[in-house]
Order: sequence, then C-alpha cells, then structure tokens
Amino acid sequence: MLSLRRKTVNAVMLSLTGICTFLAVGTLLFILGYLFIHGGTSLTVNFFTKLPTPVGELGGGMANALLGSAKLLLLASCIGIPIGFLGGVYLAEFGGSSFSYIVRYATDLLNGVPSIVIGIFAYTLIVLPQGHFSTFSGGLALGVMMIPIAIRSSEDFLRAVPVSMREGAMALGASKAKTIFTVVIPAAKAGLITGIMLNIARVAGETAPLIFTAFGNRFWSPGWEQPTASLPVMIWLYATSPYADWKQQAWSAGFVLLMLVLMINVLARMILSKRGQVAR
Amino acid sequence: MAASSTTSFNARPSGRVSAFWRRLRSGDDIAYVITLTCALTILAIAALLVFELYTNSTLPRHKFGWSFLTTSVWDPVADQFGALPFIYGTVVTSALALLMGIPLGVGAAIFLAELAPAKASNGLTFLIELLAAVPSVIFGLLGIFVLVPMLISAEPVIRAVLGWTPLFSGPFYGVSMLSAGVVLAVMIIPFIISISREVILAVPTEQREGALALGATRWETTWNVVLPFAKKGIMGSIFLALARSLGETMAVTMVIGNDPSIHASLFAPGYSIAAIIANEFAEAPGDLYRGALIELGLVLFGLTIIINGLARILVLSTTKKGAS
Amino acid sequence: MTRRVFIVNAALVAALTVRAASAQQVLINAGGATFPYPMYSKWFDEYHKKFSNIAINYASIGSGGGIAQVTAGTVDFGASDGPMNDTQIKEFQDKRGSAILHFPTIMGADVPTYNIPGVTAQLNFTGEALAGIFLGKITKWDDPEITKANPGVKLPSNNIVVVHRSDGSGTTYIWVDYLCKVSKEWETKVGRGTSVKWPVGLGGKGNEGVSGSIQQTANSIGYVELIYAIQNKMTYGKVKNAAGEFVLASLAGVTAAAAGMKDMPEDFRVSITNAPGKGVYPISSFTWLLIPSKIADPAKKKAIKDFLAWMLGDGQKMTEALSYAQLPKAVVAKELKAIDKIQ
Repeated sequence: MLSLRRKTVNAVMLSLTGICTFLAVGTLLFILGYLFIHGGTSLTVNFFTKLPTPVGELGGGMANALLGSAKLLLLASCIGIPIGFLGGVYLAEFGGSSFSYIVRYATDLLNGVPSIVIGIFAYTLIVLPQGHFSTFSGGLALGVMMIPIAIRSSEDFLRAVPVSMREGAMALGASKAKTIFTVVIPAAKAGLITGIMLNIARVAGETAPLIFTAFGNRFWSPGWEQPTASLPVMIWLYATSPYADWKQQAWSAGFVLLMLVLMINVLARMILSKRGQVAR
Repeated sequence: MAASSTTSFNARPSGRVSAFWRRLRSGDDIAYVITLTCALTILAIAALLVFELYTNSTLPRHKFGWSFLTTSVWDPVADQFGALPFIYGTVVTSALALLMGIPLGVGAAIFLAELAPAKASNGLTFLIELLAAVPSVIFGLLGIFVLVPMLISAEPVIRAVLGWTPLFSGPFYGVSMLSAGVVLAVMIIPFIISISREVILAVPTEQREGALALGATRWETTWNVVLPFAKKGIMGSIFLALARSLGETMAVTMVIGNDPSIHASLFAPGYSIAAIIANEFAEAPGDLYRGALIELGLVLFGLTIIINGLARILVLSTTKKGAS
Repeated sequence: MTRRVFIVNAALVAALTVRAASAQQVLINAGGATFPYPMYSKWFDEYHKKFSNIAINYASIGSGGGIAQVTAGTVDFGASDGPMNDTQIKEFQDKRGSAILHFPTIMGADVPTYNIPGVTAQLNFTGEALAGIFLGKITKWDDPEITKANPGVKLPSNNIVVVHRSDGSGTTYIWVDYLCKVSKEWETKVGRGTSVKWPVGLGGKGNEGVSGSIQQTANSIGYVELIYAIQNKMTYGKVKNAAGEFVLASLAGVTAAAAGMKDMPEDFRVSITNAPGKGVYPISSFTWLLIPSKIADPAKKKAIKDFLAWMLGDGQKMTEALSYAQLPKAVVAKELKAIDKIQ
C-alpha cells in the first residue's frame, strides 16, 4: 500500500530529473543549432581544401588547420590514452592504500591545472631547449592533458565492474592479468570508450596550450618539427578579429570541429561494438 | 598465485628461476610493472610541473613572500602583485558552477539511466557528450552574445526574488561572476551526466529488483539503493567537473568582467586565476611580472590541493558502510 | 585486402609527414602583436605569391610574446605595438649577442567609443575629459568638462560606466600613453604599460570584449582600435589634439601624426601620441617589427631584407584597403637606409 506522500514524492522527483535532462539537452541543442546556423550553413568546399587567405580575399579555408588538428590529436591520443588507461588499470586492479591515494590525488590536481599553464610547461620543457615551436610540442602538451582525465575515468569504470566477475574468473584459474584483460576490461568497455571519447572531445577544443607550443602556421606544416595551425587556435584568432568574413569562418570552424568529434565518436563506437555487445 | 595447471605440466624441480619464469609467463608481474609505471608518470608530471612553477616564480616569491596571498593589489606598472582577488573569484565561480551543475547533471543522469528508453537514452547522451567538444572559446563567445543579454533581461526577476541578500546586490552589467558561474556549469554538465549515467547503468539489476520487490517506489529505489552503489563513480565525475571549472580559461575570461577586486555580490565582476594568466601572460614584459603570473599558477595548484582535500573529507564522512 | 590497407596507411603516413619541398624553401617564423595581424598576413601572403619559395609564417601571440620569443630565439623576428624598452634591449643583447632593430611598418589608432541612450551625435572629448573619466574623477555624462566641448548635445545625468581591456595589449599601451601625456595625475597614479591597474571600470577581453560590453551596457565608454570601429561601424568620438582641434580619427589624421614628428630617432623608437601639427589625430601609434641585427642564415637574411624593402614600397600601397594608415614618406626613406644595418 503506497502512501500518497510516497507516491507524490516519487512523481515529483522523477519529473524533476526529466526537467534536468530537458534543460541539459535543450542547452546543447541550442548551442548546436547556433553553430549550425552561424557556421554550418555557410560552409563551403573551400573550407576543407584551401589555405587561409588574408582579409578581404574570399574563398579562404582552413585545410592546414584541419590537418594540424588531426596530427596533434593523433599524437596526443597515442601518448595520453595508453598511459592514462594503464594507469587507471593499476589504480583499479592493483591499487593498495596510500600510494594509490596519492596517485589519485595527483591526478585530480593535474586535471585542475589551467590549460595555459600546461602550455607554458610544455614551452619551457620542449620549445625552449629545441629553440623552435613544433607540432611535436603541441601534441605532447595535449597528451599531458589527456593523461589525468584518462586515469580518472578508466579507474571509475573499471571499478564499476562487479567483484563477482573478477572472482569468477580467478576461480576458474585465470591469472590476475588474464582476468583484467579478458574479463574486466571487456565488461567495462562501454564506459571506457565513453571516457576516451570525452577525453578526445575535451582536448580537441583546447586553445591555450597550443599557442606557445604549436604556435600557428598560415602554410602547410610538413612533419612534426614545424609550427602548425590548428582549428581551436584559428577559431580564437578569427573570432576575435574585427572582420565579418573571418568571424564567419570562426563559426564554421567551430561547427566543423564539433562534427569531427562526432565522427570520431561514432566511428569508435561502431568499430569497438562489432566485437560484441556488452549486456546492459 | 600462478595457475595451478602449470605446476603439473612443468614437471621439473621448482627452483626459484623456474618459479620466476612461471610467474612471468602468467603475465601478472609484467602487467603490474607496466601499469605501475604508467601510474607513476602522473606523479612524475605533477612533480615536474610543481618544480617548473616553483623555479620560474622565484623573483616574486622573494619579493612578496606570503603577503602575495593576502594582498589585493595587482599593479603591473608599479610592480605590485597580490593574489587574493583571483583566489576569491576562482573559488566563487567554481562553487557556483558545482552548485548548479551537480543537481542538474546527476538529475539528468538518473533520468537517462533509469527512466528513458534505451535508444533515446543512448542518442541523447551521445549528443550531450558533444558538448564537451565545444571549444572553450566558443562557449565564451556564446556567453557574451547570448548568455549575458539573457541574464540582463532576467536580472529584475532575480533581484526581486533574491535581491535582499548581499549576494545579489549592486549594479549588474552582464559580465559578472554569476555569468561566469553559469557558463562553467554548462561546461561541466556533460562530464557529470555522461560518467554518472554510465556508473548508474552499471549497478546490477538485482539490486534494483530487490528494492522494488520490497515495495519501494522507483524514486526510493534510485535514491536509496542505486545512487549509493554508484556513488564512487558519481563522485569521480564531480571531481573531474570541479577540476575543469577551476582551470577553465577562455570562456571565463570573456564573461567574468575581469576586475581584480573583491565584491560580495555575484552581480559584480570578478577575476579568476586561470583568466588572468591567459589574459596577461603573452604580453607580460619583464621577469617579475611573468614570475608573478606563474606564482599564481602555483597558488592555484595549492588551492586545488586544499579544495580536493576538503571534498575528500566530505565524501569520507558521508560514505555509508557496505555501499562502496 | 591487407595490401590495400598497407597502401592506404603508407599514403596516410606520407601525407602526414612529407611534403614535396621546392628548391631552396625558406621558412621563416615570426610572432608578435595582434593589432597588425590582418595586415601582416596579407603582406606575407602576397609576398609568398611573388616568391613562392619564401614562406613567412606569422602568428599573433601578443606584443609581449613577440618580444619574449625573439629574445628566446624561437622566432626569426618579432613584432610589437610598443617599442622595446632599454632593459629588454639589453636582455636581447645578452641572450642573442647582437642588437635588435625596430622597423615601423604601419600605423594605427585608438578611438573612444560609447553607448549613451538617446545620444547619436559624435561627441567631442578633450584629453582632460578622457583622463578624468578613466581615472574615475568624472562620473557623470553631464559633467562640465564633457558638456563644454559639446554645446548643443543634451547629455544625461547618468553615471559613466568605463570599459577597458582586460588582456595586455598594444591597444591599451597607445591609450594610456596618450593619457599620460595629457594628464599628470594619470602619469603618476597609473602610468603606462600594456597592462595597468585601472582605477575604475570593467575589463573586456580583446576588442570584441570591449565593444560587446559597450553595446550591452548603457552609459558606457571604452576604447577600441580604429580598424575595429570602422569594420564594425561603431560610433566613435572626436578627440582634441595638441593644436586644439577636435579631430575624428581617420587614416589621414594618423599618418599626419607621424609626419609631424620633427626628430625621428635613428632607432625609430618613438611615441607619437599627442603629436603636434594640424589635422593630427592624437591617439595614434606606430607598430614595429623587431629584427635582430645579425642573422646567421644567409637565405633567411636575404629574404627578410628583401621583404622589408618590398614592404616599404608596394606593401605600403595595400594598407588603406584594410583600414591601416601608411607610413609618411620621410619615415619610409629613413627605414630603407636602416635596412643595411642588418648583417
């Protein structure tokens, strides 16, 4: 027999959660819509194929920034995701007491460091000794930003796998390593992918660390040792300029950046889910 | 704890060497070493970062000492620097962001995990995660062009309801700590929703069914059974969100008003540590000035240590036994 | 299938890491002031079209950034809206072992822009009025200092909201440099720099932050670059120059400020705010390229010297289209001679 009070509380609280979702989704749709209207509708092929042109010359694009961002993200992911993920595995599976506590604490601290400080850090560590700006230093700066996020989210999701699954595997004679890699990680797969996607998404939009490392480039940037353009830096540069044409391109770039992250997201989920669904 | 099957298979005297090889083959030690190394890189990076911050801020540290933390003056021309207004702004805006973001985020996560049909839930979450990819600078632009006018028109309402508190007094110009708090809240919500939803989904169905079988309502089940189970993960997402809001640079500096002074009212402009570093570092001439900005970075590090510590104590004191 | 994958991968790697280099590709990196970025990007682009093997890559990291990076040697030359002071020049000498040369390129100006409900006229501002407003001594729009310069305009009795730049910037430097010259109180109380301790006001990030704040805040006043005001069709006021005229900022008025300079120093480090002469717009300034006097790489040295000569000739013809003021002829002549100082 459910009292009226309990029924009301139930209804009210559940509707509140619905409202929260509505607000969150509404904000997102608004932002996406705004970006689409201001940036997506005026997107041309030139954006993807041409180099930037000076003000007043229409038809310029951000082809070099697209490639630059791709290279930076690639390098950052190669550095940040493996280290972060394996670190998360350590904390979740092997972690004992004080040492893991300190590592977790340090992770949260690093997460809170402003991106510009990481940029300055990479600048003093790599750019100054090398004597020039480079894609490499930019990718490294972004990679360093990815590590703590990856550790945190990996650990959370690995921990969420019930102990019973681990115990089951060990009871069948699997070593700890085998348990982790064949049972726990697949079980946490959905969450782990979420974590990685959030990570890439976050880092794809970071501007400040790149200003003092990748610097910027109006031309193509071959290899890894030269400065390179990147989408977030171009957005920042163009959006804060006085020219309507450039501002337009900034919104387009913002829209394209979002679409790129969406694509990576979709692709990753498609590829990784082919290997079997995780039962919900 | 090597697999028992290998001892009968390798029928030779078990010396220390062969025991070693057995363990190595089972992979436990390798896995341990590799993952430990990765975990250690975090400590290495953190230590290196603190070292860099420390050595590059020697000039202002020697000049100002501890008074850096208590002075409110920021005068680049007279070479007088103090961190207090920035500490204040950072703490206030982050607190605001969490205050707004946690209920909204966790609420939405509950809805998406428990109530929404699976397809809708997946689709909506996917979209919400996209919010995390919106570059900070675009949040800033949307902040100036959309949020601030919205808040300006909403100001009379806010003032009518909350104007009696010192928190909502004084003139309002749009750019303010309130605006910065709202922008930060929007930026951290995707993290909270996305991660919380996943951990809620990971709670075994038996737990829910047990509670429901005992006659609990959906809400009671969620609040009393599911959430405590998911608490660690949700807390993790909140720490991530907190970290992001403490360090957020571009978006904040565009809507906070950039005024290095301390006001009680949220309507007033303020300044945060990350914002001033972003604003002034590229242009700062002179080693003392640059050093002062780097010292601010060090201060933020210290602030993060304290806030994280306090948050952890809070979590520990509210953890129920048997739920972790 | 594997072969195809391999080929695709190889092509991807090749595309990412190799690009056909033409004969003697010269890549020069430069960084500095944001204010002249549109002009510089046009110049370097046009120059690249003329000489396709020379690519000058300029990134706007701020005037302070330009000075810091050229001193650190991470860029081949820098750019700044404010000249390097003696300490910075000495630091460059110590770190890089040669002198640093200043080359003015173009000129710009700051304009006072405002938003007063009901007032659409172009207001006249004296130097004292502007200084008083930004010091926080003049707090209402109907203050006598403002009204006496604007007979016939009905100014309300509202409080003035001051908006300034929050980020360090050459734009700020020009503005406060001018205020120092017209107000002793400003000079002693606040001083000059790319970032100062503002007595009053809100801080907006960049020109767009300031103009955005002004648009949304009634009774506000702030300063933005002339280009910004022109491109965004903002209303801005006239300023009284040293000759006593109220001048509306224009490219001609800005060039006149430099032409009025009787004694241009050899190193071109000079402030031209509040310059004497008729038709001069008083809040004007040069922006400089910072070029080391010794450049080791002969290809880079030739490219930079050639570029400078081109910039002072054909380059100057392109400035008006982008709302920048060109250098006066006397300055151009002096600079052409100074190029020889680069060894």
